[in-house]
Amino acid sequence: MSTTENPTSHESADNAPESFQDPGLPYHRPRRADVDPKADKKAERQVAALFGLSILGTIIAIVSYMTLKMDGQIESIRFTNMAIGFGIFLAMIGIGLGAIHWAKTLMRDHEMVEERHELRSSDEAREGAIQNLKDGAEDSGIGGVKRRPLLVGSLVTAMLAAPLALLWPQIGNMGANWNTGEFAHTMWRKGMRLTRDPEGTPIKASDVTIGSAFHVIPEGLNDLEHGKLEEKAKAVVLLLRLDPRDLNLQPGREDWSFDGIIAFSKICTHVGCPVALYEQQTHHLLCPCHQSTFDVANGAKVVFGPAKRPLPQLPIAVDDEGYIVAQSDFHEPIGPSYWSRLKHTSDGLSSDETDGSSH
Amino acid sequence: MNALARHRYHRAAPVVLVLLLLAIIAGVAAAVSTASSADAATTATADDVTQGQKLFAANCASCHGLDAQGTTGVAPSLVGVGAAAVDFQVGTGRMPMQASGPQAIAKRPQFTQDQINQLAAYVASLGAGPAIPTAEQVDPALGDPAKGMELFRTNCAMCHGSIGGGGALTQGKYAPNLWETTPTHIFEAMLTGPQSMPVFNNANIDPEGKRDIIAYLKAQDQGSPGGLRLGSIGPVAEGMWGWLVALGLIIASTVWIGARSS
Repeated sequence: MSTTENPTSHESADNAPESFQDPGLPYHRPRRADVDPKADKKAERQVAALFGLSILGTIIAIVSYMTLKMDGQIESIRFTNMAIGFGIFLAMIGIGLGAIHWAKTLMRDHEMVEERHELRSSDEAREGAIQNLKDGAEDSGIGGVKRRPLLVGSLVTAMLAAPLALLWPQIGNMGANWNTGEFAHTMWRKGMRLTRDPEGTPIKASDVTIGSAFHVIPEGLNDLEHGKLEEKAKAVVLLLRLDPRDLNLQPGREDWSFDGIIAFSKICTHVGCPVALYEQQTHHLLCPCHQSTFDVANGAKVVFGPAKRPLPQLPIAVDDEGYIVAQSDFHEPIGPSYWSRLKHTSDGLSSDETDGSSH
Repeated sequence: MNALARHRYHRAAPVVLVLLLLAIIAGVAAAVSTASSADAATTATADDVTQGQKLFAANCASCHGLDAQGTTGVAPSLVGVGAAAVDFQVGTGRMPMQASGPQAIAKRPQFTQDQINQLAAYVASLGAGPAIPTAEQVDPALGDPAKGMELFRTNCAMCHGSIGGGGALTQGKYAPNLWETTPTHIFEAMLTGPQSMPVFNNANIDPEGKRDIIAYLKAQDQGSPGGLRLGSIGPVAEGMWGWLVALGLIIASTVWIGARSS
């Protein structure tokens, strides 16, 4: 690094030393244990005591494990965990503290200096190394006079192919199902009753008093033998009743609710957490993951947070027996955005929607 | 200068600081006290209603109005809220409200249980509403905690936390911790939906289900098998513990390892 290119450093060089003086090593101050045999003995005893603490900890851990019995009460589990954990803690920390205390107080602490040798190897050593490589290539048949292209070719092929043995199953198991069309539909169908989570009992419209919040699964979900959790994760709904005067019906959705009873997907449109913190006075629905807040009284539009779209609304009606039923599936894919979501939204509706709107 | 740097701190300072920090955190975490239980109401008499009306006029009417019809923008109408709502709001000290804020805060009840019953009788006489549950309806010993856990996870855990430790809502509102709430008050809160809480009427969660939820919450009294619960409000408290205590210990050890022995 040359300073001549920099005029400012030239100027300052006039009244400053050319470079810092090497201050050398600091004065070596002997420790108490170095000069006082009593302190030396004391430090030795301290180290031994720390190792002794570790031995004691091991004994505590083993004895606790042998003697303390867990009787199924939470208190006894907690006490046993505490006793064994404390013993293991002492066993580990005693060795660590003892070793460091030993090194700090009793082992030699003179600063030692090793001069750095030149980085570049001598010309003979460099030439020798290159000659070794050339000899190796010649010997093995990779290059030189007696080339063995068959061996080179088969070795390269084998090395390139070998990672596939590991990667192929990994990639094969990753996302076996690329049919995003499945995201677009849930198990809700026209006339399917809304039922309580987790019992699966149907809900009468008269049960849903103003201010109520019902956590809803589709009728028949509990009877599914396969994919129950997958279907539940897509189909869960929050059923609320607001004072009809507070509820602003959205254009085109005037008949999607029933006398203030309204149903929204519980899956957040941000990254798919269950949105279920409902504040019944403000009609705000809060997502616990990233605080997206939806205004239930205004079509669940986003009033705060990272979500970009309102929660999908489930059109509901009341059947002849007074139970709440779905008019159709959701009219758009539920949950967060994905690459072909708009395609499923624009064609709109699930297969039985055309019948649903005439309900 | 060197001598000053060497002697500015006592050798034991890092250890003392870490112990102090541990003591402060443990002290904050260990704020637990016992709950008192309120007895369920007995049957109301006409005399109770008259007495209740007097209490209402003296303590509640300034906001809720002399006829309990409420005042727009200040206080809701109490017609039809039922005795359960009064017993909950007044019995937990939330009403009369001390100061306006994001939500009414629970404090020491201002009335005796008899007075609360009289107030409840008066408000119940204004319009039909949920009644105060009987002692049997809220007895945790009769409930099934496992069933209660299932119901709690579905309906309550999103706000009150997985074991009832409470949690934050929006704009200063919060769902309170439920461990010290009496069984009667838990039942009444579900029935009436106070403040931000939605209503969980008996058609949504039947009275047996409510009792199961109470049994689940009371089963939390035994504490956690893993040691300190740190308020059970989730990863934030546990993360703070990790950062402050564990990192403090690591820094203290590093300072000690690097320090020269005297």
